[in-house]
Amino acid sequence: MKTVKVYGPGCKRCETTESMVKDTAATLGIEISVEKISDPREIAMAGIMSTPGISVDGKLVHAGGLPDAAKLKDWLSA
Amino acid sequence: MTARTEIDAPLQRRTDWIWHLGVVAFLAVWWLVYHQLIPFSEWITALFPIDRHSHTGEAIAFFFYDVPKVMMLLTLIVFAMGVVRSWFSPEKTRALLSGKREGVGNVLSAGLGILTPFCSCSAVPLFIGFVSAGVPLGVTFSFLIAAPMVNEVALVLLFGLVGWQVAVTYLGFGLGIAIVAGFVIGKMRLEGWLQDWVRDIHSGADTPAAIDEERLTMVDRYRLGIEAVREILAKVWMWIILGIGMGALIHGYVPEDMMARIMGADAWWSVPAAVVMGIPMYTNAAGVIPIVEALLGKGAALGTVLAFMMSVIALSLPEMIILKQVLTMRLIAVFVGVVGSGILAVGFLFNLIF
Repeated sequence: MKTVKVYGPGCKRCETTESMVKDTAATLGIEISVEKISDPREIAMAGIMSTPGISVDGKLVHAGGLPDAAKLKDWLSA
Repeated sequence: MTARTEIDAPLQRRTDWIWHLGVVAFLAVWWLVYHQLIPFSEWITALFPIDRHSHTGEAIAFFFYDVPKVMMLLTLIVFAMGVVRSWFSPEKTRALLSGKREGVGNVLSAGLGILTPFCSCSAVPLFIGFVSAGVPLGVTFSFLIAAPMVNEVALVLLFGLVGWQVAVTYLGFGLGIAIVAGFVIGKMRLEGWLQDWVRDIHSGADTPAAIDEERLTMVDRYRLGIEAVREILAKVWMWIILGIGMGALIHGYVPEDMMARIMGADAWWSVPAAVVMGIPMYTNAAGVIPIVEALLGKGAALGTVLAFMMSVIALSLPEMIILKQVLTMRLIAVFVGVVGSGILAVGFLFNLIF
């Protein structure tokens, strides 16, 4: 099972990103656990400067803006 | 990534060309439509059973000319800025700024503040990212002041509703305030006034490796531009209609000299009052500018109105609450004091000159 973290202080785009991650995983049939990180300290520690950010199994894959749907599939299935 | 490289190269080139041609066609259509806006607004106004030269007629014509004009200008400029910004990222900006001397760093930082994609909801992570990578505090502030204040929505609205001279002046003085205020804050050596945990990250300076740079094609950049237009128009269209509607009412009905008496250049206290009034008000540039335009039309002094606008955009209470997570109250007070003085100076200067 993959651990996906979605980083964002709670803006609308961050919520959209979270549901995109969940939906994509469901379509691909991949089991993941999604964790939403909204503490600014943790976001900063992860090296993210523009939110929303995404990490998969501890590796940062995306920061800033909504993720591209095709890329999101790649990250989750890699 | 992979999906795109799997496509045959010739086919890829053909779809690229369709995109380039599409952008050119869009510009041509935009140009043609833009020049038909006055006949269009007159035509609409004529549909109302109202005398064209009455107050109501004036207000209607004003509304139906300004709303489409501003929307079209916004679409064009926001798209262009979306494409340009795809070459910039907070990570690149940070790399350019880290270790820069104050002075040069402040100038560069304010300029990059306009070009780097920025949303006030990532102000905190961005602040920490900059400071922890060795970007001086004052240089970071120059960025954080310029990024929201000098934005394309404010500039387009000023250009479309008030005139290019005022838009250029706003750009110049907005940058000026960001540079000088950041420089002054830097000289005060206030690093000790950050919240404790921010200082810890700062001294540790272990910023994890950034993400691999995503390679973008020109078509990707167009898409980012379109995305920016969709997002910004969805956010501001209501404010623009409301704002221009208010503006139209003031235009048609408020007596000529009323504003001149309240917000004219003679009343010295009007500038500080405008700044103080602006702080608790939180609206984006779109909401405030049509009102600004109408106030100017009725004799309010340019400096007072600009001070009001800058204060609303740059010194907003919600943003200070966000920054409270990383800055101590004392540092926020200094920030408000320095930026507020800059805005006051601009206001007085303008009332003196114009």
